[in-house]
Amino acid sequence: MSLLLAIVIIGVLASCFGALIGFASVKFKVEGDPLAEQIDALLPQTQCGQCGYPGCKPYADAVANGEAINKCAPGGDDTIKKIADLMGVEAQALDESHQTDNTPKVAFIIEEDCIGCTKCIQACPVDAIIGTTKQMHTIISDECTGCDLCVAPCPVDCIIMMPIAKNTRNWQWDLNSIPVEQIS
Amino acid sequence: MESVIERIEQGKFWKFHGGIHPPQQKFLSTDKPIRQLPLPELLRIPVQQHIGEPGDILVTVGDKVLKGQALTVANHPMVVPVHAPTSGTITAIEASVIAHPSGLSELCIFLKPDGEEKWRDREICPDYQQLSKNDLIDKIAQAGISGMGGAGFPSHIKLNTAAQINYLIINAAECEPYITADDLLIREQCAAILDGIKILDNILAPAFILIGIEENKPEAIQALKNATKTIDKIKVCVLPVIYPTGGEKQLIQVLTGKEVPSGTLPSALGIVMHNIGTCFAIADAVINDIPLIKRVVTVTGKSVAKPQNVWALIGTPVEFLLQQCGCQQGNKKHIIMGGPMMGFSLPSFTVPVVKTTNCILAPDEAEIPDNDQEVECIRCGQCADVCPSQLLPQELQWSAKAHDHQALNDLNLFDCIECGACAYVCPSHIPLVHYYRVAKAEIRQQTLLDIKAEKAKQRFEARKIRLEREKLAREEKHRKAAEARKARMNSGTAEANNEKSAVAAALARVKAKKAQEKDTNNDVTASDTSVGSPQEIEKTDKKSQVAAAIARAKAKKLAAQTAPNTESNKSTQSSNVIAEAVNNADNSSKAAEGEITDSTSVINTNVIKDIEKPSELSKKDKIAVAIAKAKAKKRATEAKPLKNEPPEDLLSEKPSNDEPDSQIVTNSTNKTEQQVKEQALSPDDIKKAKIAAAIAKAKAKKRQTTESIINNEIPDDNEQRNESAEKEIQTATQGESLDKNARIAAAVAKAKAKKQQESKN
Ligand code: SF4
Ligand code: SF4
Ligand code: SF4
Repeated sequence: MSLLLAIVIIGVLASCFGALIGFASVKFKVEGDPLAEQIDALLPQTQCGQCGYPGCKPYADAVANGEAINKCAPGGDDTIKKIADLMGVEAQALDESHQTDNTPKVAFIIEEDCIGCTKCIQACPVDAIIGTTKQMHTIISDECTGCDLCVAPCPVDCIIMMPIAKNTRNWQWDLNSIPVEQIS
Repeated sequence: MESVIERIEQGKFWKFHGGIHPPQQKFLSTDKPIRQLPLPELLRIPVQQHIGEPGDILVTVGDKVLKGQALTVANHPMVVPVHAPTSGTITAIEASVIAHPSGLSELCIFLKPDGEEKWRDREICPDYQQLSKNDLIDKIAQAGISGMGGAGFPSHIKLNTAAQINYLIINAAECEPYITADDLLIREQCAAILDGIKILDNILAPAFILIGIEENKPEAIQALKNATKTIDKIKVCVLPVIYPTGGEKQLIQVLTGKEVPSGTLPSALGIVMHNIGTCFAIADAVINDIPLIKRVVTVTGKSVAKPQNVWALIGTPVEFLLQQCGCQQGNKKHIIMGGPMMGFSLPSFTVPVVKTTNCILAPDEAEIPDNDQEVECIRCGQCADVCPSQLLPQELQWSAKAHDHQALNDLNLFDCIECGACAYVCPSHIPLVHYYRVAKAEIRQQTLLDIKAEKAKQRFEARKIRLEREKLAREEKHRKAAEARKARMNSGTAEANNEKSAVAAALARVKAKKAQEKDTNNDVTASDTSVGSPQEIEKTDKKSQVAAAIARAKAKKLAAQTAPNTESNKSTQSSNVIAEAVNNADNSSKAAEGEITDSTSVINTNVIKDIEKPSELSKKDKIAVAIAKAKAKKRATEAKPLKNEPPEDLLSEKPSNDEPDSQIVTNSTNKTEQQVKEQALSPDDIKKAKIAAAIAKAKAKKRQTTESIINNEIPDDNEQRNESAEKEIQTATQGESLDKNARIAAAVAKAKAKKQQESKN
């Protein structure tokens, strides 16, 4: 008898909690994949496609589903390290197939050579190029992520990638360059 | 507030945490008056000397300017204009090394003084009480006054506060061990400084004005006390000497006992602080209409024969100041701008004096202890004891070394005033402040990048949505058009019937064409080859096409490779492979032209094997593939059975008939695609490949035009012209400046083709 009672009580309890958990999972459902979003936040958002995915978000989704973490060339080792920390895996070296230098660059159109074919506009993932058919095009350098995608489609090769010039605003203190003296 | 004033009147002050007592070296320069200097030969005036944005330049090279004339104009509230320190000629406007620890160049205006010191028109205004608050602030902004204590924050921004101000604090503490510029300025210009303070009083209407001054300046204190005797509102507060009393937050704490919370401005507490030098500049600007064109600079240190304060024009090279004060050439090893605690070593001695430069320090060897080797932190905690911001310098240092930005933020790195007290006491000689500066710059940069990334993300998403929308719109349009057509065709009218029969006719044409194609193909192969049996015809035909395709691809590669370019001398391994492949291709192409034998297929497989060796698919390959695709497309569109031009490949291949030729080409380009994919190019091939692409595209376009011309039975000279254009392209391809010429040629060809087409239409 007592055995039966125990079974009934436990059974009722179990079904109650089951219902509670079921309700909670519906009520507090998390939209989207939080891991993919966290990874996306670490990626440089260059949207260059060098990872083999059409943009940073797709790559973040893929990483969340087990893709290798070392394919983002513009992010370089820093990004790989951050993703590794986030995912709790070992950091790896950047995938060998894209050992590009990741100095920040912006695209620049040599305007006298531009024939106004609009091909670069179609290639730019962040709409950083202004221009229209048979008119000179130009790049909004503030919006350009330096992804390189507009260089290849240009039929007259008038797009060049220029490293971002160092100035006193983006300059990084370098301990080895000029010593800042403090004397006593 | 009363209690604060009572305490001050009793001479009691609060204390800030920590602080140090570095040895005082002020005596070096306190005993001599401020000296007027002769005009230097050239002034370099940086366009931006303050925190904020640079102004728009008003002058051009060659302009004659008068003393006090504005060189830039404010286009933004955070902009402070700069003025001509003397009359003369603008000789250049270009980047030059500025007073910044990076040694980087910024835009400077070069002014060659003419020695006449001719002023622009000035409005002397002794009666500043009559001016409204806004007029006063405007005058101060126009005069280019930014904080002269060190940071260079635009003064008019600080004055334009809506908050109720309880205390106006005038900072005359000057706690750096060497600097005496403010001390001397007070002694000599006390009346003007008092005018400046009164102007600030007019603008801000504070309850009290506190002048904070360290007790090691007795003469200056006396002067101030005498001058302010009659004014109850102004209290001269004589403070104990402790570094860094002159820090903004520290001085506020010492005088009022209030701590400015992290991340807020003093105005939130009803406090505004100005440097005493700024007060002098404000008086000069408002009363005498003299913009900020000169300042007092302490030139000191044991390497200087005559350490002294000088009136230096903005833009004077540091070198000139040192010369004037007798600094020997030999020991210019370390020249420090700013004080020894917070200053930085100059990257070059041509850097100009700017509005924030208060001291040039040329110490001798003994004053600068030889760069002691940094050793590990011993966790003595002395740094935390002296930190006036109550930070944990050793923790900061570890986090900075680990680039742990989150931890640095948690430890309030940005509250560090870089006073150097921690580094001063550190027994391990850790240059703590350096680590903080590096870390701060990193974090700032990272923040900028984060903002940019966020923007890029948004734009990327927006673009995706736009493309999606456009696609839907297009589909919708097509669907509607199709529906309309259907409806029309089924309507049973005569028009609809016409349309129907037109469709049927088109279908029939396509069929007929296909059949014809087959015929001609067979014909051609038969006439071109010695193979007789009809069964083999088709086989060999395919073979010949493949061979020709490979040959073309190789030939093109060869052309690109061997184009006279100095870079191509560096023949890499992959280009060797390609060259080999091309040799094979030459053979096979001959075979394709002449008799087709079994050996062709042998060679073909060889070629393919060769090519397959470096199987690396990279960007350049993609480019080449794209080119091939573009061509194939072009060819496909011209597949009309008409007189055609020979293919443009650099190998001379004779087309026997147009129809098969264009087919071959189509095949060949398909083949090229495949092959190119399999091929690895040496890096300098990218450029060439791109150029080839541009040329190919131009040619394809031209051919199309030519065709329409031929269709319309245009006399031969058009074709000749076309040929010459093509020749141009080819010669250009081989020309020396391959890159540029090719592009020009392509453009010329395009232009010609276009013209012809236009003349036809
Ligand atoms: S302008 Fe060119 S390099 Fe810049 S984001 Fe657009 S496609 Fe990329
Ligand atoms: S430099 Fe920064 S951490 Fe060091 S004592 Fe000064 S405020 Fe504190
Ligand atoms: S003073 Fe130097 S050694 Fe001592 S705890 Fe601070 S950083 Fe470490």
